[in-house]
Amino acid sequence: MTRQPVAAAVLGVGQTRHRSKRTDVSIAGLCREAVDRALADAGLTMSDIDAVVVGKAPDLFEGVMMPELYLADALGAVGKPLLRVHTAGSVGGATGIVTANLVQAGVHRRVLAVAFEKQSESNAMWALSIAHPFSTAVVAGAGGYFAPHIRAYIRRSGAPSHIGAMVAVKDRRNGARNPFAHLQQADITLEKVLASPLLWDPVRYDETCPSSDGACAVIIGDSDAAQASQAGGRPVAWIRATAMRTEPTMFAGKDPVNPAAGLAAAADLWRKAGITSPIDEVDVAEIYVPFSWYEPMWLENLGFAAPGEGWRLTEAGETEIGGRIPVNPSGGVLSSNPIGASGLLRFAEAALQVMGKAGAHQVPGARTALGHAYGGGSQYFSMWVVSSTP
Amino acid sequence: MEIAFDYTRSLGPVLGQFMTGLRDQRILGARAADGRVHAPPFEYDPVTASPPGELFEVGPAGTVVSWTWLPEPLDGQPLNRPFGWALIRLDGADTAMLHAVDPGPAGPAGLRTGMRVWPRWAPDRVGSIRDITCFAPDAPAPAAVDPAAVDPAVVDTAPDAVADGTAPVTMTITPVRLRYLHTASPAESAYLRGLAEGRLLGQRCPACGQVYIPSRGTCPADGVPTDTEVELPDTGTITTFSVVNVGYPGQQVTPPYVAAAVLLDGADIAFQHLILGCDPADVHMGMRVRAAWRPRAEWARHADTISHFTPSGEPDAPYESYARHL
Repeated sequence: MTRQPVAAAVLGVGQTRHRSKRTDVSIAGLCREAVDRALADAGLTMSDIDAVVVGKAPDLFEGVMMPELYLADALGAVGKPLLRVHTAGSVGGATGIVTANLVQAGVHRRVLAVAFEKQSESNAMWALSIAHPFSTAVVAGAGGYFAPHIRAYIRRSGAPSHIGAMVAVKDRRNGARNPFAHLQQADITLEKVLASPLLWDPVRYDETCPSSDGACAVIIGDSDAAQASQAGGRPVAWIRATAMRTEPTMFAGKDPVNPAAGLAAAADLWRKAGITSPIDEVDVAEIYVPFSWYEPMWLENLGFAAPGEGWRLTEAGETEIGGRIPVNPSGGVLSSNPIGASGLLRFAEAALQVMGKAGAHQVPGARTALGHAYGGGSQYFSMWVVSSTP
Repeated sequence: MEIAFDYTRSLGPVLGQFMTGLRDQRILGARAADGRVHAPPFEYDPVTASPPGELFEVGPAGTVVSWTWLPEPLDGQPLNRPFGWALIRLDGADTAMLHAVDPGPAGPAGLRTGMRVWPRWAPDRVGSIRDITCFAPDAPAPAAVDPAAVDPAVVDTAPDAVADGTAPVTMTITPVRLRYLHTASPAESAYLRGLAEGRLLGQRCPACGQVYIPSRGTCPADGVPTDTEVELPDTGTITTFSVVNVGYPGQQVTPPYVAAAVLLDGADIAFQHLILGCDPADVHMGMRVRAAWRPRAEWARHADTISHFTPSGEPDAPYESYARHL
């Protein structure tokens, strides 16, 4: 027997101004900045929060075991349920979904999701390149892992070689409209991106996400809480559907270019949201694109385009603000990458769009938005659809 | 195996003041909204979640609230001779802090709950909890701690201005080291023993029939044991690759180098390996390669027994032959 879930909505969103180094604050202080902004955005205080869900990337990234325990005071979680979610790079998205689920299940009325990363305290490439005793240590960080799959996508799709650079230009210019974005590169050009050094051939420097310190907080409430917010003149983002899927890092037959877990999650998401043609029914998408070529790859995996055709949307400018499916108007992961928070930022930016609060990077008239995250070796997928109406 | 990294912690305003105080031989505490004094100070009040007001000095003497004896200290601990770990409530504080207590020649008999202890300051202080070497039962005398008793590996470093006492402490370095023993599974063990004999041993999944190398002992798709051994040749095809031009701490190969997915003939999954023996610009998808084994005398139960892969000179494999592995 399936019970109808309680309606849930995003009541407030907060984030830090993402930077390469926030040496003025501790991890706790960084998180608190995002939490205070989310509470202010929702017109709430910590006493209105029933439970807290924390997401962050692997502990090795900051060398703090179980940081959620030491963060309890900073997050106002003392005396409340406190959970930590961990799904590698997709953790921010998974944190949003677990938070939504606690409300949808009728367990809590208002729940705070917090996700963070302080990359300046460590070195993510080192943490991602720990050698196994039975394999050769040649994979250099996330770029080293994903670059061969990007090459495979280019070969399979026949995409022209400048598509990745086009994505980078669009996302960096979008980021310049977003005061919270780490990289502010309004003047970036295709020529500059194409001239930047190849870090992991075929991936260029300017097609790669930055290392950022940053945090994001999202408050999710049930329909009574959402209606109370709306009655106070505060828009909310109704959560129409969530989906998560997982597959092993490696198995014979895995398709790292168009992973089965991503296809399954997207199919489940669109079915739950009642969406039959995503490109026609979704107004804006915040998609986890840490390396520029992942825009066309995920457009295909998510069903916005047929396999091998995603790059055509990018090339035609359809993923720009004003196009058929604007992707990452916030600047996306290519403009800010506090890894643990990056997924929740995608979910939060989708909410801001349908709340009409995205400021200079607002997609005009956005009513339905996708937030998406992936992690590990393209093995964890989490996504949600939010709308301006229930 | 060993993994290690020196994490650089941004302390933030509260812990920064606390660490600056330690460098200056002062221990600071904070008063919570409920009136209790916390030492070390909290960043956020556990009751109200607010940051503290102005910090103030507590101690330096305190009372042992509880303790345990450590007969065999580990690397990285405050003292390299037996000592006690104690919860110490400093004078003027309501909470206890954890630190080492050195009772001297009395050993564990010299430790008891309720005893009075005083900090022993390190001679070179940088703004770290290690600026207090330990606590001890006697009122302080100069140079009471023998510097040779302190493990030099755990003494933090700091910029000169901080060590000089002229700048506030804002950062601390936290070295984290993890040494561990990897117990090879039977399947990993078979693979590594094979390498030592110059053989490449994989396993076939009884459910899907796919050949894994190296095998972890179970099929990740079917979840069943892969117990049929399959010997594979040392030739294969580059399915895809990247040219790594970027460095990072602890990197084992100096960039630029080609990291390729090599699909051995007869295998159903590619593994990543180093490609040498040609210009990186000449490496391409479908290129045929052969394992470059280390000299016979160096064969060992170790992945490095194959140094790299190198072009075999055979004609390229057709795209269709490896397309399903992309």
